[in-house]
Order: sequence, then structure tokens, then C-alpha cells
Amino acid sequence: MAAGHEVVGAGRSAAPTATALDAQAIVRWLGGAAGVLVLAALWEAAPRVGLINRNFFPPLSVVLQQLATLVTTAEFWGFVASTARTWALGLVIATVAGIVAGLFIGLVPEARTYTHSTIEFLRPIPSVALIPGVILLFGSRYQSGVVLITYAAFWQVLLQMLYGLNDIDSVARDTSRSFRFSRLGFIRHVAWPTLLPFLFTGVRLAAAMALVLAVTAEMVIGSQGIGRGIVVAQASNATPEAYAYVLVAGLMGVAINMAARVLERHLLKWHPSVRNAGGP
Amino acid sequence: MIAAFLRKLAVELALPLILLTLLYLLSASSTNFYFPPLSAVLEKFNALWLGKRFFSDVIPSFQRLMAGYLLACLLGVVLGILIGSHAALRRAVEPVLEFFRAIPPVAMIPLLIMSMGFGDAMKITIIVAGAIWPILLNTVEGVKGVDSVLDETCRTYQIKGMARLWHFILPAASPHIVVGMRLGLSIGIVLMVISEMFAALDGLGSAIIYFQRSYEIPQMWSGVLMLGLFGFALSMAFRLFERLVLGWYYGMRNLERRD
Repeated sequence: MAAGHEVVGAGRSAAPTATALDAQAIVRWLGGAAGVLVLAALWEAAPRVGLINRNFFPPLSVVLQQLATLVTTAEFWGFVASTARTWALGLVIATVAGIVAGLFIGLVPEARTYTHSTIEFLRPIPSVALIPGVILLFGSRYQSGVVLITYAAFWQVLLQMLYGLNDIDSVARDTSRSFRFSRLGFIRHVAWPTLLPFLFTGVRLAAAMALVLAVTAEMVIGSQGIGRGIVVAQASNATPEAYAYVLVAGLMGVAINMAARVLERHLLKWHPSVRNAGGP
Repeated sequence: MIAAFLRKLAVELALPLILLTLLYLLSASSTNFYFPPLSAVLEKFNALWLGKRFFSDVIPSFQRLMAGYLLACLLGVVLGILIGSHAALRRAVEPVLEFFRAIPPVAMIPLLIMSMGFGDAMKITIIVAGAIWPILLNTVEGVKGVDSVLDETCRTYQIKGMARLWHFILPAASPHIVVGMRLGLSIGIVLMVISEMFAALDGLGSAIIYFQRSYEIPQMWSGVLMLGLFGFALSMAFRLFERLVLGWYYGMRNLERRD
């Protein structure tokens, strides 16, 4: 439950041998490649044989061609860079704020009972409700997107922090108390190791959401970035270009997700949830 | 008993009341055009959203959301069970699904407008296209992770087909499915609002963006407040649903924890 979107622990059988693992990985990779190829073939064929109107849905090759010319332009990389900047800024601010608020709410006695109702009220407020507000504050500058991302991602991180603090082993807590750990020592040596996997899940979910919001903000508010690229391309009837930008947004999302997983596995090597997962 | 309840109520309400009072007092003398006093916003809220706009904007929004969301739930669970119970199919579609999930659904709005126009069909499609992924992926995860002892027991007793689905697979996967449905709901609300901001004659999103563009600031903030309450009400309703459907699961888990 705490893991949210990705629910870990799919009940894999106990550690397979190295060769079996390799074979498994190859089969999985081949299966995946087949799936991608079928999709690509469908995307190419459907508009060509007239199943879908190619003015609305151009074949994959046309989109890829457009993408190939796009990547040579400075404008394209400018768009990618500003989307990435909005994404990173919002995510970092939200993570730091979530950690600080989470430690405060989780460790100060009674803080949780008093803040509970407020959190439960503010959390379901859709971040897009802030759009008119940030337009008034920042106009179409990139800070608009940063605020939206920070708001949405903050709750993800905070909730995972609170789940994590709930999960602290009571024996470890009592032991640290017996040894007269200072509050900082407790955070550093007892709370932090328990928290880290929860925090990671929160940040990974927040990272995916942040990209969606970055593109959304660019589209609705009109700040510089991939989202704006999509809107402008569509408005000027350059459909393949619009699809090329959508493709890039999707690839960025996949890259973020994969990077987060690799980082998680690397940084949490010591943690049972990663050690027991058995294979990639 | 009553004293305990009142105490609990006081604890729950203390912070929200303090915050609201602070906001009310601090904004009371506000002359900032963009951030009007809370009293003005509340007055507009009363006039606009508790009156006819509730029926002309909130209800259409809600209907679109429900149409898209329920469709996403149905498709997500059906496809998820199909994909989750066939290993080869799962291997083939997993990377494709990862990619589709990563595409910001909002990015599809302009493209869908081109092919479907500005009507409700476009908005419902967008809601389905965004909300389906967490539901689908969590269902796959849930079906994949069913208890192997129970699975083999079913096989031994020759429980197959619909009976197996209804009495074993669905209940076993339901905790995961519900997590996906909760995530899907919040995505659905966001997409409902955004698609209305792009193109609609009625609905919460179009009302808010209309007020913002015509610089009717207190009205705009009252719309934002309405949207916040809308999200809150839906999340409360979902929690009720969750307790109804998963009551047995939480009870079981609590028992296990106590041991």
C-alpha cells in the first residue's frame, strides 16, 4: 500500500541461478522487443492503409523523420532544457520541503494528530486548481510550472515520509532511547535508514508526476518547453511535429522512470526490499 | 464518551480553524487586486456556486468525469486481468505500457481535438486515456502476485473460468486494483479540469479560466475553492467505497499485525 503506484514484491520465486536468470532476462527482453515492434508496425500501417486519417495521425516513419530534423534545431533542445529545468526545480523543492515537513510532523509529538485533518483536506485539491493563481503571480514564466509541480509532488513525498516514520521498529526506537541518542542521532541512525526506501518511492512517483505537470503547465500557461512545442505545432497544423514532441515527452518519462529505478537499486543495495527482489 | 468525541473533534478542527481565521484576518484589508479579501471570495462562492452554477457547471463536470473514470476502471481491470494472467502477453506489452504511461495525457488533448472536435467525447477519451494506466498496471501487478498456494488449491479443486475469476482472482487482486483506482481518480479530476480549460462551454475548468481571463478575480478564486471542495468530496466518497470493498482486507491485515 505504502508503495503506491508500483507495488513491489510480486512474489518472485527464491533466487534463481545465474544462467537461469540470464535466460529469463533474454526471454523478457525478446518479448518486450516484439511488443514494441508490433506497436511500431501498427502505428506505421494503420494510417497508411486508411484505418485512421493520416492528417490526424501520421505514420510513425513520418513522425520519426520530423523528429530527426527537429533534433538538429537549437529550438528543440531549448524546449527540452527548459522542461527539464522546470521539472528538476519543482522536484527538488518539493522533496526538500516534504522531508523537512515530514520529519517535523512525524517526530514532534501530537503534531500528527493536529495536522491530520488539514493534510487530508489539502492533499486531494487538484494541483491544476492553482493554475489561475500562478498565472496571476508569474504569468507565463517557468516559475508557474515550478509552483504546480512543487504543490503536487510535495504531498507524495510527505505521505511516504509519514508512512516511513510509522514503520520505525519499536525495538530500535526503544534501544536508541536507552542509549540516550540525541534527537539528531535518532534521525540519522534510526529514522533515516527506515525512511529511505519510502522516501525513494515517493520521489519516484513524484518525478513521473512532475514531468506530466511540467508539460501541462507549458501547454496551458504557455511557458517555454515541450508542451508549448506541442501546442504551437498543432496550432500551425504541423501534426507530425506535434506527435514528435509527444513522443519526446513519453521518452523523457520512460528515461526518468528508468533512472529512478537504477538509482534506487544502487543506493538501497543494503536494504532487504532490494536485496530480496531477486534479479532486475 | 461524548467528552472524548468532542476532544477529538476539537483536535481535528483546531489547525484548519486557526489557518482560516488567519487567512481571513490577514486578507481582510487586502487591496491587492489579485488577492482579494477572503470575505469577498466567500460572498462570490455563495452567490455563484451554491446557486445555479452548481447545476450548470459542477454537474456537467462530474458527469464527464464519471463517464470517463468508470470506463477507465472497466477497461483497466478487464485488460489488466487479461495481461496479468498470460505471462507471454505480459512480457510483450510491458515496455509498451511503460511508454504509454509516461506520455503526459494532457499532451494528447490538442491531437484529440483535431480528430474528435471539442465535444464531450474528446474530454471523456482524455480522462480514460489518463486514468486507465494506474488501474491497468496495478491490476496486472495484483493478478501477477496472487498467492500461489491459493492458486494451486483452485487448480486442485478444478475451480475454473468465471468462478475462479470471481471468487479468487478479483478478491486477491482487489487491494492492488483499489490503489490503482484511487490514483486514477485524482488523474481523472486533473484531466477533467484541463480538458475543460482547453475547450468547453460549461464545467468547472472552463468557468475558472473564463473568470481569470476576464479578470473577475474574486469569482475566479471562488471557483478554485469549489474545485478544491470537489476534489475533497470525491476523495471522501472514494474512501467510503474503499472501506466497503476492502473492509475484509484491512481487518485481516490488522489481525496479522497484532500477532
